Amino acid sequence: MARHRQSYEGVAVAVPVTVPYVRYSTRTAHWFIGQALSGLLQASGLKKADIDGLSLSSFSLAPDTAVGVTQHLGLSPRWLDHVPTGGASGVMCLRRAARAVQAGDADIVACVGADTNHVDSFRQTLGSFSNFARDASYPYGSGGPNSIFAFITSNYMRTYGATREDFGRIAVDQRTNALGNPHAMFKKPLSLDEYMSARPISDPIHLFDCVMPCAGAEAFLVMSEERARGLGLGHAVVRGAIERHNAFADDPVMFRGGWLVDRDELYAQASTSPDQLDFVQTYDDYPVIAMMQFEDLGFCAKGEGPAFVRAHTMTSGGTFPNNTSGGQLSAGQAGAAGGFLGMVEAIRQLTGQAGARSVPDAQLGLVAGFGMVTYDRCLCTGAVILGRPA
Amino acid sequence: MTTPLIRPKRKNPVLRTRQMNLPPSGRGRVALGLTAAAAEGRFELQTCADCGAVQYPPREACCKCLSVRLRWREQPGEGTLLSTTTLHHSNDLFFRERLPWRLGLVHLDAGPTLMVHLHGEVGDEPGPVRVGARLDRAGQAVLIGYPKNGGAHMADDTMLREMTSDPKFRKVLVTDGKTEVGQAIVRALVKAGADIVWVGHAEPWKKLGGLEDISALPQVTLVPLDLTNGRSVTELAGEIGGKVDIVINNAEVHRTFGIGARRGTDAAKAEMDINYFGLLRLAQEFGPALKGRSADGATGATAWVNLLSIYALANFPPHGTFSASKAAAHSLAQCLRAEMRPAGIRVVNVFPGPIDDEWNQHVPPPKLASGTLANAIVKALRDGIEDVYPGDVAQEWLERWRDNPKVLERELAAGGT
Amino acid sequence: MTETPISTVEVLGNLVQALSTGRIEVIDLTQTLTPEFPQIALPPEMGQCWPFRIEEVSRYDERGPGWYWNNFSCGEHTGTHFDAPIHWISGRDLPNNSVDTIPVQHFVAPACVIDCSEQAKLDHDYLMTVADIERFEAVHGRIPKGAWVLMRTDWSQRLDPEAYQNFDETGQHTPGPSAEAARFLVEQRDVLGFGSEAIGTDAGQGYHLRPPYPCHYYMHGAGRYGLQCLSKLDRLPPTGAVLICPPLKIERGSGSPLRVLALVERRA
Repeated sequence: MARHRQSYEGVAVAVPVTVPYVRYSTRTAHWFIGQALSGLLQASGLKKADIDGLSLSSFSLAPDTAVGVTQHLGLSPRWLDHVPTGGASGVMCLRRAARAVQAGDADIVACVGADTNHVDSFRQTLGSFSNFARDASYPYGSGGPNSIFAFITSNYMRTYGATREDFGRIAVDQRTNALGNPHAMFKKPLSLDEYMSARPISDPIHLFDCVMPCAGAEAFLVMSEERARGLGLGHAVVRGAIERHNAFADDPVMFRGGWLVDRDELYAQASTSPDQLDFVQTYDDYPVIAMMQFEDLGFCAKGEGPAFVRAHTMTSGGTFPNNTSGGQLSAGQAGAAGGFLGMVEAIRQLTGQAGARSVPDAQLGLVAGFGMVTYDRCLCTGAVILGRPA
Repeated sequence: MTTPLIRPKRKNPVLRTRQMNLPPSGRGRVALGLTAAAAEGRFELQTCADCGAVQYPPREACCKCLSVRLRWREQPGEGTLLSTTTLHHSNDLFFRERLPWRLGLVHLDAGPTLMVHLHGEVGDEPGPVRVGARLDRAGQAVLIGYPKNGGAHMADDTMLREMTSDPKFRKVLVTDGKTEVGQAIVRALVKAGADIVWVGHAEPWKKLGGLEDISALPQVTLVPLDLTNGRSVTELAGEIGGKVDIVINNAEVHRTFGIGARRGTDAAKAEMDINYFGLLRLAQEFGPALKGRSADGATGATAWVNLLSIYALANFPPHGTFSASKAAAHSLAQCLRAEMRPAGIRVVNVFPGPIDDEWNQHVPPPKLASGTLANAIVKALRDGIEDVYPGDVAQEWLERWRDNPKVLERELAAGGT
Repeated sequence: MTETPISTVEVLGNLVQALSTGRIEVIDLTQTLTPEFPQIALPPEMGQCWPFRIEEVSRYDERGPGWYWNNFSCGEHTGTHFDAPIHWISGRDLPNNSVDTIPVQHFVAPACVIDCSEQAKLDHDYLMTVADIERFEAVHGRIPKGAWVLMRTDWSQRLDPEAYQNFDETGQHTPGPSAEAARFLVEQRDVLGFGSEAIGTDAGQGYHLRPPYPCHYYMHGAGRYGLQCLSKLDRLPPTGAVLICPPLKIERGSGSPLRVLALVERRA
């Protein structure tokens, strides 16, 4: 008999902060984290000493971890977590921070995802990314995850009849959303023709299937709803959250993700269903993964992803708003901040801070996380349903 | 069908010679088990001794039952090709210089999923494929997806050629052409399509026979080379070092003495002076030029072969000083391998058992014929193997040595062969 | 009536004077020591004479910035070399038979040069006979006691090592003295020693003579010496030259490479 999982009632997420992205920076991650914390304090009116919990995700802090950051930036938290899980870190930081607040181990937790990007950062990160990447995929020359996701995309296309145009639809609609996001790195519209004729990277992956690595940070605060109201902060509440690692390990090639394992529980926690959601922020390292999230998070059946995207417009004003900030494909991927991008955008959408790209009357949204490609697939998945306060 | 390799055009001498960028060379300790097997031409994966699960990538504990009793076992490599992709972009310098490059994702019948370099003759997915392991230019094992049935020019696949040292269209130095083994090696190289074979010979007044026959071959050029004479080595390196693609050091002195059977050190010194110091002189003089040309076109510098002996592993007391000199040469050859590695030059060590020549007259058969040894060397170059144990005696001694070297030492000391 | 002794200072003074004017010429009969110069090669089962090998220690470089020097190695019988009686079994027990104990006055001695160059050109295995010696003496007078006898063959002009060694499947083919000639020189003429331009004092096929290697056998057996790998014997007069050939003073040495010089008086 499964133990009943505690709800996330009473937890608020607030103060969405973005440190603007740059392509390359000579600064270290500490600089971007510092800027994110400054932004959180400025927007919330809190003092630095008020932050008594820190949940941090970054790949470029080495040899430091979250520990070094406390001394570097002059924090003295009573709760600390270093969550280096890339694209899943936004969801995972939130889940851990929420429990800490509920248990009273911390009152105000700053959740920050930040990375710098030097000209050779990407290559350096890859070489030491994981044992299995070093031993079994890095030697094969892709110089990154492109060839792995090429395999996944190719297999998915062959199995379910998806075409490049189907993936193009996702990228094109996200770009339209990005035009309403002043922080997005890409400022020009993208047509399906341009998407299709872009140069191949590792076929069937072409240029606009790939995110652009950059430097930057995303951050938010987790506290009790009571505290948020007391501070007068616009906030969202956590209706449900799941995570799963190394799911479906026996699948020879990835065609489904860990969300599928626990998604029924996610909706049960939130007492809702897929059709009730007003927007999703999928993790879009590659369009094929966004499509898998549509399937595995219950918006359509497995294999119906292509039909689904053909039948919907995924812009913030469309029938199925997805990645309303433009997602990583259009906003850029600032390392681990890519795992926070969707969460920060969801908070903006639910607190009326999304400007020109606001989803009309957004009440409920889902943020999915996916990350840590170690060998032939990503290992971490997660999802959170956020809603407006009652 | 693979396009057969054509003889490359003459190089434009005013252009800078392309330098070697190695493919990613880091591997954890456990993963080096793959490299150790590929060095001998085998594709091995860990198999759990308790539940039988085959593991990949290599690891410390069974991914099914957590047992730590993981054994490396040779794999047949049969599998299904799930996905292919062609790299058109890479941040890695080695691959960036060699685009486009084809990769595949294979579901091995034995269980795991493998990322592999794909041979050009493997069709698009889905389909059957056979996986093997080869050493790449960094000297580390990588997995290769081969077609089930390869065409006639399979070996000329550009990806596969980066893993091998085929003598075809290459220029080779054989350091001693005066022995039967040397002459057999020369013939085998000519047959394998080498453009030029420089054949070294020392003490031209000592005629052992056979040299005239091979010097009649159009590819062969005799060159004076005395590995005991530093100046001889320096001068030859000055003349041809910049053109040599493969060095095959087969020069050796072999006497049949242990310690007590021969007073004085002169026989042992003669053995060391060629078998060990000869290698040192040769490597000092020919090494740098070889390293400088390791990425020089499709038929650039590629390999260094040392003719050692299975006695390098465990001393054969009746040929005790010879064994010691070969052990010294083996150790130095390992040093050479480490020094050649940054340039992507493969050092091939050959450990034959007794060769059927005048110094092994008293050794009972099986003995290795010169032609067999020569063919084993050419095959090792073609297959990219770096540790070669040709012949039944070498294979058996290797097994006994790996099983328990102390037991082998006793067996040999008791007069066993 | 006693002879007025010739003052040694006068004789030596005259020698120095003659050397400076060129009245006495100094001729170098020595082959240069290089790694390419061949050494005697015995069957592989036996111990071998080391060839000459040389390796730089430093050459005004990081191994020694202000100087150039080498280390070298060779056998006692490498290059132009001297054989002492102890070198052969027949001389092993004689007194003063090693290079360090031979009386040093023997290192300066007259030399007779017997020309066999025409015969050696036609026959590489040519053996100098007693008849050859008698023909020589008929023209140039009796070979004096205590003189070197050098066999000129112009073999040193064979600059190619392969030609110098002259091996084929039946072994080495170089000229030397016959057994009778060697014995004659020792027993009938009391010579100091025998010198050759070839690799050995004995002929290349000397193993097949009786006794084997008769020059070594008879000469060293009688406490006499040998010189090998001499060059430029064609520059010497048949008689009258004085050889200076001190070997290295090696403890119980059987021989050594050395500088062989000939003093030759030029008629005005």
